[in-house]
Amino acid sequence: YCLSGHPTLPCNVLKFKSTTIMLDCGLDMTSTLNFLPLPLVQSPRLSNLPGWSLKDGNAFLDKIYIIPSLSFRRANNLSTVDVILISNYALYDALPIHTRHTGFTAQCMPRNHQCQKAQSASLLLPSPLKDAVEVSTWRRCYTMQEVNSALSKIQLVGYSQKIELFGAVQVTPLSSGYALGSSNWIIQSHYEKVSYVSGSSLLTTHPQPMDQASLKNSDVLVLTGLTQIPTANPDGMVGEFCSNLALTVRNGGNVLVPCYPSGVIYDLLECLYQYIDSAGLSSVPLYFISPVANSSLEFSQIFAEWLCHNKQSKVYLPEPPFPHAELIQTNKLKHYPSIHGDFSNDFRQPCVVFTGHPSLRFGDVVHFMELWGKSSLNTVIFTEPDFSYLEALAPYQPLAMKCIYCPIDTRLNFIQVSKLLKEVQPLHVVCPEQYTQPPPAQSHRMDLMIDCQPPAMSYRRAEVLALPFKRRYEKIEIMPELADSLVPMEIKPGISLATVSAVLHTKDNKHLLQPPPRPAQPTSGKKRKRVSDDVPDCKVLKPLLSGSIPVEQFVQTLEKHGFSDIKVEDTAKGHIVLLQEAETLIQIEEDSTHIICDNDEMLRVRLRDLVLKFLQKF
Amino acid sequence: MDPECAQLLPALCAVLVDPRQPVADDTCLEKLLDWFKTVTEGDIFFPVGSLNLTPCKKKVWELLGEERSSRGTPGAVPLVTPGLGRPHRVQCRAAAGAPLPGGAAVPCAESPGPEFWGPLLLTPPGRNLRSPGKLLPVSSGAVDTIFSLQGDSSLFVASAASQLLVHVLALSMQGGAEGQPCLPGGDWPACAQRIMDHVEESLCSAATPKVTQALNVLTTTFGRCQSPWTEALWVRLSPRVACLLERDPIPAAHSFVDLLLCVARSPVFSSSDGSLWETVVRALSCLGPTHMGPLALGILKLEHCPQALRTQAFQVLLQPLACVLKATVQAPGPPGLLDGTADDATTVDTLLASKSSCAGLLCRTLAHLEELQPLPQRPSPWPQASLLGATVTVLRLCDGSAAPASSVGGHLCGTLAGCVRVQRAALDFLGTLSQGTGPQELVTQALAVLLECLESPGSSPTVLKKAFQATLRWLLSSPKTPGCSDLGPLIPQFLRELFPVLQKRLCHPCWEVRDSALEFLTQLSRHWGGQADFRCALLASEVPELALQLLQDPESYVRASAVTAMGQLSSQGLHAPTSPEHAEARQSLFPELLHILSVDSEGFPRRAVMQVFTEWLRDGHADAARDMEQFVATVLQVASRDLDWEVRAQGLELALVFLGQTLGPPRTHCPYAVALPEVAPAQPLTEALRALCHVGLFDFAFCALFDCDRPVAQKSCDLLLFLRDKIASYSSLREARGGPNTASAEATLPRWRAGEQAQPPGDQEPEAVLAMLRSLDLEGLRSTLAESSDHVEKSPQSLLQDMLATGGFLQGDEADCY
Repeated sequence: YCLSGHPTLPCNVLKFKSTTIMLDCGLDMTSTLNFLPLPLVQSPRLSNLPGWSLKDGNAFLDKIYIIPSLSFRRANNLSTVDVILISNYALYDALPIHTRHTGFTAQCMPRNHQCQKAQSASLLLPSPLKDAVEVSTWRRCYTMQEVNSALSKIQLVGYSQKIELFGAVQVTPLSSGYALGSSNWIIQSHYEKVSYVSGSSLLTTHPQPMDQASLKNSDVLVLTGLTQIPTANPDGMVGEFCSNLALTVRNGGNVLVPCYPSGVIYDLLECLYQYIDSAGLSSVPLYFISPVANSSLEFSQIFAEWLCHNKQSKVYLPEPPFPHAELIQTNKLKHYPSIHGDFSNDFRQPCVVFTGHPSLRFGDVVHFMELWGKSSLNTVIFTEPDFSYLEALAPYQPLAMKCIYCPIDTRLNFIQVSKLLKEVQPLHVVCPEQYTQPPPAQSHRMDLMIDCQPPAMSYRRAEVLALPFKRRYEKIEIMPELADSLVPMEIKPGISLATVSAVLHTKDNKHLLQPPPRPAQPTSGKKRKRVSDDVPDCKVLKPLLSGSIPVEQFVQTLEKHGFSDIKVEDTAKGHIVLLQEAETLIQIEEDSTHIICDNDEMLRVRLRDLVLKFLQKF
Repeated sequence: MDPECAQLLPALCAVLVDPRQPVADDTCLEKLLDWFKTVTEGDIFFPVGSLNLTPCKKKVWELLGEERSSRGTPGAVPLVTPGLGRPHRVQCRAAAGAPLPGGAAVPCAESPGPEFWGPLLLTPPGRNLRSPGKLLPVSSGAVDTIFSLQGDSSLFVASAASQLLVHVLALSMQGGAEGQPCLPGGDWPACAQRIMDHVEESLCSAATPKVTQALNVLTTTFGRCQSPWTEALWVRLSPRVACLLERDPIPAAHSFVDLLLCVARSPVFSSSDGSLWETVVRALSCLGPTHMGPLALGILKLEHCPQALRTQAFQVLLQPLACVLKATVQAPGPPGLLDGTADDATTVDTLLASKSSCAGLLCRTLAHLEELQPLPQRPSPWPQASLLGATVTVLRLCDGSAAPASSVGGHLCGTLAGCVRVQRAALDFLGTLSQGTGPQELVTQALAVLLECLESPGSSPTVLKKAFQATLRWLLSSPKTPGCSDLGPLIPQFLRELFPVLQKRLCHPCWEVRDSALEFLTQLSRHWGGQADFRCALLASEVPELALQLLQDPESYVRASAVTAMGQLSSQGLHAPTSPEHAEARQSLFPELLHILSVDSEGFPRRAVMQVFTEWLRDGHADAARDMEQFVATVLQVASRDLDWEVRAQGLELALVFLGQTLGPPRTHCPYAVALPEVAPAQPLTEALRALCHVGLFDFAFCALFDCDRPVAQKSCDLLLFLRDKIASYSSLREARGGPNTASAEATLPRWRAGEQAQPPGDQEPEAVLAMLRSLDLEGLRSTLAESSDHVEKSPQSLLQDMLATGGFLQGDEADCY
């Protein structure tokens, strides 16, 4: 079931072997662009904006917030979801909605690091909206209590840890290389394997590299969360970011970077750490303003197991894996929970400010846009690709400050996907339909779509897709004593068969063959039979037959036993032996033999015994 | 041969011939053989009659043969020196008096090695000179052995075997005793016949390696031998060669192309040779796109070739670009490229097959056209406009902005998007195309695509470098308004758009990009520093200020490029705007550069500074001309302490410029040059010399004369020789002043040797220094310095001594080995 129309904010439900698994629960926040910014202080300019219309006719709203439609609530009762698997920090925003108001009782499984981030993010993500008046629906969903309640349902797992779900399937997180703690998932039974790849990266950045090898031999690979800017090379964008930053600061201007408090910012800070000295900008302060700035920077330093090898090595030296520790020590980078308090005292210009939210609708970024927007010396550099920067800037127009769009999206591009699929070779690929055709704005770019054989199966929002494999086998274990009692008989060279009489015991989706109960002993006492002993008696088993009946020899045998006037007819499926005198038919087919006679049980038994002579019994 | 070597050689021969003596490693033996080859080739008049080298050589061959056996692969050394057979005649004749060990005529054997080479090496004198062909070991299996060695797993051995085969063939075809060539239709000598049969057989073989070997032998033959018999050879073998085109796939296509081009280039074949051109025409239509390109290029580079073939070859070369253009052109474009180029299915298939094949074909095509463009024999008319359009289209396909007009175009768009390799090749070719003229519209397009490339965040550093280079070529070749110093109409606007991009690139975090941008700036300002439009656009931007800041860049290459760029800008008064607010920036750059020369930890920036100072002195830069002596003295003082020899050498260059300006330019040494009237020195000699003393030039030069780095000492020697020549005519100086007091200068000589400064500058007496100059054997010193520092170690004498010492050492220490 596809519950999201946004390929980079997926929310899918997979039904597999009696389990129902939700894969990610991203929340599309682009509708915030329909709002006016929430300024720190009342802004006459913003409040007096005329009926401003966007290109598509949407107007800015300031009263009503439309929660992203939760169509899955209509499609399915969420209480049937057994587990939610989270791939990265950007894909759990809807968790409180799912866990609080839908009867959800199961567990969620994000990464350790993500859990920490989730707790801290509850302070941040929708904070201004949460506190805003008259946004009733939002408030109900995202109170602190509800967020904590959602987080309490989380079970933490480590990379390559195998988790049994009700004995039916096993899920395993694998490093996806995109962010700290980000993961892909393998959902497998004994004979089937489904891989879920969401938000992965092959670039060498701070997280642990993507584990590709474990994705091999998949029956189905569900592919989501590819880069949103396939034509933008992240390295080039980082170069562009640094160049524009340097040019602005050298001219005495300030740089504003609307960003999330984790993810790409770690790489940007690392890049700036190397760059500012070379560009002669060592004296320019970097400010990171976010309610979770401190914890984000500190948590990143202690989760060694999620880091790439180089950074892991530093941890054991011990040294801080990220260079932003040194930036902080040398006072080049300063972080503040908000613009109130210490920041006001320390603030000096020109400077570089990293703050949220990238939509420019809430968070401290609104204040800086108001403060710096009037000067052409300043620059706002957009690095997050989730929002249209033109729409984000719309309520601030006319704007004198320079605007640079350097979207940095390290997730897989189509060339990398092509290589990945060649390497992993899944039998089937399933992906959002957006990935199976070029982007509408670049319809000639046939390289900007998934190209694989067999062609990828696509799904769209609110669509149910049957995965292209059938479960044919189930693993059943056999008790040792039962196995000892089996006497295999070779019916073909290399193939032996044995009949098994046993009790199939099924519990927690595991199947076990146990020896059949012994025939009931005559009860001598007055004890009542225990319920567990009340097993139906097994009938005496007839032997199984195998082999084929050679018609000519069979006819000869019949003649020897006194049957005459025998006719043989060939049919599509075998032969019919007609005993005219006895008015009896014997139908011999590949998998059955029928003796049809008129209530002459003796004759039937006699003929049956003759037939059995030609067959093997075991 | 040196007498010393001649003395050592008999002892070495004795060591090598003696089976009990241990031998040096095979590297020494190979070096010995190389030396033998040199001696016997270049020293044919050496009286070797008194010195029999042959046993020694024979021993070397034996040892190498053993070496080969122990390694399991034939040694390449005996094969790569087939030329030894030729000089032996001289040598063996001289050695006739001495009996050879094992007999003069060693019978041929089945295996290669000394026995096989014996006939070549030890043939009795007289026989080989008269009829060399008869001496070749035809009847033996030796030639067969060479045939088998052609397929050796070692490419060196295989190649050497093929070359040897060519030598044998050429030798056998040298004709009879009178040296007359064989008649083309006549009987082939038996040895040549064997080889021809083998080549024919190989050409017909189904095994591609065999065909390759045969084609390589023929290519080498036609490349090296230009005797008339090669024509007969071609007549005989061309049908077999042509038959290769009937196979599918064509075997050894690369070698096939090489052969055709080699034959076509041979002066033996006249341009009217029909069979050759027929084969070439067929090849152009049969070969795949991978091999067609090199063949077409080779044809177009021929001086004599049928016009129809040239036309066909050019069409073949243009085919991939025509396909690209056809797949993307929205409306019929300018005539030229698309005319006469029918859709070639093979080319289209290659373009569409895969990304690598598409990129490979386009890169080769662009490289071929780039090679062809400047040649005088390039096709005429040259489709400049179409090529420009196609190249711009390729670049647009690479950056994803091209609009495909067909499904092929759409596919190409997907294939080439982001393909850096093709982008680089296209930019190279686009730069080359700047040398031709094109319609204004296309020039605009070319400049626009270059600007986009420079601006795009996705451009890789290597692409940016190519884009800068191509842009520079276009800018420098742009037409200027006649009679006006201003640039053409397109350029000012382009520059206004270019400089913001350049600013951004100067701030790029990747040092290669900053470096490329600075190099571009240097070149542009060097050529256009005087153009008003350029000056205006440059000074209106922040480029000079950013370049100045890059003097402190952490990357030494960038600092060096920044030094060069700022030096250039400063020379032309462009290092800062003239407005009052930039007064501080307009201050002299000299102290800053001198600081870099004094303290920079890397050599590249310091070298760049020295080059800039030299240029400034040469061009009369204000900072240098203000007080030239002080300028030179300061720079030389800093340079003399530098640990980098290139900085010191550049200091000598600066000193030479100063000398030229003080005493007049150096006289030309070319005997055919028109002698210019001697320019009178700017000041009297005495004053000039005193100035030289004052700036510390003598100290610097004499210290450099004893520099431990040879190039510095050589340069100093040249400088002092120039100085001595200059003052030679002023002999009256000594007489006028009386006898020179050389005592002080001689006293300072040891200190110069030690690299110390003798006295404070200015304290030296010019006369004493001059006397010292005259007393030194500068010519002798120059010839000594001309020898490389390892010439002793590399000398044959050293080699012989080493080999002898190895033997002697082992013998002497035998008892000590335990």
